[in-house]
Amino acid sequence: MAELHLWSGLRALADGKEMVEIEGETVGQVLDGLVAAYPGLEPALKRGVSVAVDGQIVPNSRNHPVKPDSEIFLLQKLAGG
Amino acid sequence: MTKRIHVSTTVNGDEVDYLCDPRETLLDCLRDHLGVMGVKEGCGTGDCGACSVTLDGRLVCSCLVLGVEAEGKEIGTVEGMADGEVLHPLQRKFIEHAALQCGICTPGILVAAKNLLERNPDPTETELRYWLAGNLCRCTGYDKIIRAVMDAAAEMREAS
Amino acid sequence: MALDGQKTAYKYIGTTPNRPDGLDKVTGRARYGADISVPGMLHGAVVRSPHAHAKIVKIDATKALAMEGVKAVITRADFPEGLEGEDWDIQENCMAGEKALYDGHAVAAVAATSPLVARDAAKAIEVTYEILPHVTDVDEAMKEGAPVIREGAADFSVPEGLHPNVVRYFDSGRGDLDKGFAEADLIIERSFTTEAAHQGYIEPHACLGQMGADNRGELWVCTQGHWFMRRMSTAVLGIETTNIRVTPSEIGGGFGGKTTVFIEPLSLALSRKAGGKPVKMVMSRNEVLRATGPTASASMDVKMGMTKDGRITAAHGTFRMQGGAFAGAPVDVTTMLAFANYDIEHVHHIGYDVITNRPRQAAYRAPGAPMAAFATESVIDELCRELGLDPIDTRLKNAAKEGTRATFGPKYGPIGFMETLEAAKAHPNYSEPLGPNQGRGVASGYWMNWGGETSASVAISEDGSVTVSVGTPDIGGSRASMALMAAEAFGIPYENVRVNISDTGALGVNEPTHGSRATYASGLATIRAAEECIGKMCKRAADKWGIDPEAVVWEDGCAKPSGPNAGEFPPMTIAEIAGEMGGTGGPISGHYEDSPAGFSGSFGTHVVDVEVDPETGRTTILRYLVVQDAGKAIHPAYVEGQFQGGAAQGIGWALNEEYIYGEDGRLQNPVFLDYRVPVASDLPMIDTVIVEVPNPGHPYGVRGVGETGITPPLPAVANAVRDATGKRICKLPLRPSRVLAAIQGKEV
Repeated sequence: MAELHLWSGLRALADGKEMVEIEGETVGQVLDGLVAAYPGLEPALKRGVSVAVDGQIVPNSRNHPVKPDSEIFLLQKLAGG
Repeated sequence: MTKRIHVSTTVNGDEVDYLCDPRETLLDCLRDHLGVMGVKEGCGTGDCGACSVTLDGRLVCSCLVLGVEAEGKEIGTVEGMADGEVLHPLQRKFIEHAALQCGICTPGILVAAKNLLERNPDPTETELRYWLAGNLCRCTGYDKIIRAVMDAAAEMREAS
Repeated sequence: MALDGQKTAYKYIGTTPNRPDGLDKVTGRARYGADISVPGMLHGAVVRSPHAHAKIVKIDATKALAMEGVKAVITRADFPEGLEGEDWDIQENCMAGEKALYDGHAVAAVAATSPLVARDAAKAIEVTYEILPHVTDVDEAMKEGAPVIREGAADFSVPEGLHPNVVRYFDSGRGDLDKGFAEADLIIERSFTTEAAHQGYIEPHACLGQMGADNRGELWVCTQGHWFMRRMSTAVLGIETTNIRVTPSEIGGGFGGKTTVFIEPLSLALSRKAGGKPVKMVMSRNEVLRATGPTASASMDVKMGMTKDGRITAAHGTFRMQGGAFAGAPVDVTTMLAFANYDIEHVHHIGYDVITNRPRQAAYRAPGAPMAAFATESVIDELCRELGLDPIDTRLKNAAKEGTRATFGPKYGPIGFMETLEAAKAHPNYSEPLGPNQGRGVASGYWMNWGGETSASVAISEDGSVTVSVGTPDIGGSRASMALMAAEAFGIPYENVRVNISDTGALGVNEPTHGSRATYASGLATIRAAEECIGKMCKRAADKWGIDPEAVVWEDGCAKPSGPNAGEFPPMTIAEIAGEMGGTGGPISGHYEDSPAGFSGSFGTHVVDVEVDPETGRTTILRYLVVQDAGKAIHPAYVEGQFQGGAAQGIGWALNEEYIYGEDGRLQNPVFLDYRVPVASDLPMIDTVIVEVPNPGHPYGVRGVGETGITPPLPAVANAVRDATGKRICKLPLRPSRVLAAIQGKEV
């Protein structure tokens, strides 16, 4: 199962956990699994997050593949000037 | 409606005339009545130099000159710099030195730099920087603009 | 560094040909936002609130509508109700509803037959206000008893007990701060403030909108992103997105400030109300400064610990930012990037997004990063001074590199921070002797860059020249970069490529030219679309030769047979294949669309020398060095231009630029004379070193270079002033009066 890391502001919404293990073969499946396990995270994900899979930020890519040993970080939604 | 005034003037050597409201600036008249769109408005208060033109050979911000004041005068704009298809050395050097990014300040800076080189063909970098201090560029940090003008000045000195 | 599948030898990449739009821009022919006119056109003007915070009691347009030449007046009543989230924010910002939220907030607009009549009519619209208490400072706005800008604006993230003006809250970090600070030999904690700075593009916002009673129309506009422009304008008007076709003009600077809408939906609404006549709207500089941009202002506390030998043991930062009357100050990015240059085990960030009676902030070059860098890089400079350490060596000791776990979580891929530090140390500027009242400052910065939604097409013309169509407006020479990448991919001369910025009708959705993404993302799409064309051309050649397409390779602009069984055929040039294409299967084109995930960040290190006049407190920049990782510089002259321009903007923010609000909540300096951006005589030449650590996520290694350069100047200049004067000033800008007060030992 992929390791999914939450920034500290999200941990309160996920029973205080910094890291959760979620099944999924894509970013979208992992995010859906996360909300199913911790419904309190839904508004945060709805507001928009960026996702880093194995060091690479993969914005707008629910279809991006996730391996069983992938390390995933949720990050602030990014944009630029 | 305010009564409009008939103005006859010369733009880049061509005789032209227009009807203008006495409140309109020369910048408004060039752009809105004569279609001389190389003259840009960046501030309307004489601070940015994007509307730089020459009026009887003197460098002015056309946003600080009233349209009616152009009566009988000779106006020079960026449109008058090239000789047919041959660019002025300043125009060519600006392209070669990548001295523009967005390009909105470029016409005003070209007009101002040309006016300086007519007065002083061999300016120091400091003289050039102070002469162009009335022309804002937000993209380039001025480095390549200064290099382009200095290079053009050197080429023009050699040619003369 | 050679990367799998990545080219390392180039014919066109890295050269500096003339830009394709250069001739138009030096002759005055280029058409910017305000430069188009059409028959029957009207002119618009906006009525703006003179109050920082006021209830709009009544708007009476009777006198204006009675004036000769006035064709339409609109207020918020002309826009649909029921919008939510960011769409509501944008609508509310474009046209005030119940309240005016800042000095300059639009409350009505008028269209008339000339600009002068429109201006006179705007003055004749009578607005009755009930003035409310206001607040413009971020720290004041968070205090108990501060005027509430809008109830219920806070989202789920804000803890209970905070003022309603705190609308978003961020908390991130890792490790054990107590443990980290216990390991330190020296801990320094300081509080900092930065003022709002405006993007300061020289071209004011301008557009020409036309829309009929059927809600269909056109918009010609200067914008960084015309699909954003289309989506936001139609959302504000409550109409279907495709109803409006948006064509971008040439753009006179943006720097993030032209990624949203202000007057554009108003021009469309006025046009509809005036029977479909086109309406041109052009902002004055006063309107630009009062009602668009700027960036957020910040108040920050940063605490860092260091060992005697220069290892950072722990870092903590609290960042409070106001971004005007709406949520959106970039404090989220600030908390991500504040310490991202360094390998730090114990780190914690807290961020507050606060609303005030100021204009809605807009993105400004590396939004959120420069403020944080000012605080963190100033503290590192103090630590180095106190411990007697070299600022570059200390940064080298802590620098993030490939495999370092970033302070925001994931591990970095290949990055070039160390290389920028080493190049800065080796540069002659770093060892130049300094005189009296002179000082040297060093600082580094980072921007993670961006991919973003991208759609591009490449088409082969009948003579073998190539048209590239991209959707990212060219602000700083990107058409030249696209043409170079296409030339490289095809193996044809740069001059044989024409790059067009297509309108919204010609391509799929493109995000704006923002986030330093255009050369990376549109470049990637251009190369991939070119490869599709090449595949098709190889197939046409194979068909002609009667061999397997797999046995055809593309080299130097030609299809060639390859492999043992391909046979002997003379190469077919792109011109030969293109000349026959009508009879061999029809047009040849390629297309690519993606939201590419292979972008990678760019680090930079700046070294600045200043001289401070002890009599006046005026700071003069003596020399300035920018070192930055470009990944691969496609057109090095325009890469240098980005470095130099970013540095100049950062120097302005550090020394002079600031939004000054009076007691009445009105902006005191909405004019370039008083909002002082750097002029030519303020700056020296800006030296540059381009570091190239290729990004494996781009065929040619491109990273994106636009934004990083504005981040280091704020702390670099402040560190240099500290070196010259012995005074650490924690407030920007370092205007002469403030520096003089510090020299005289007064509180600043």
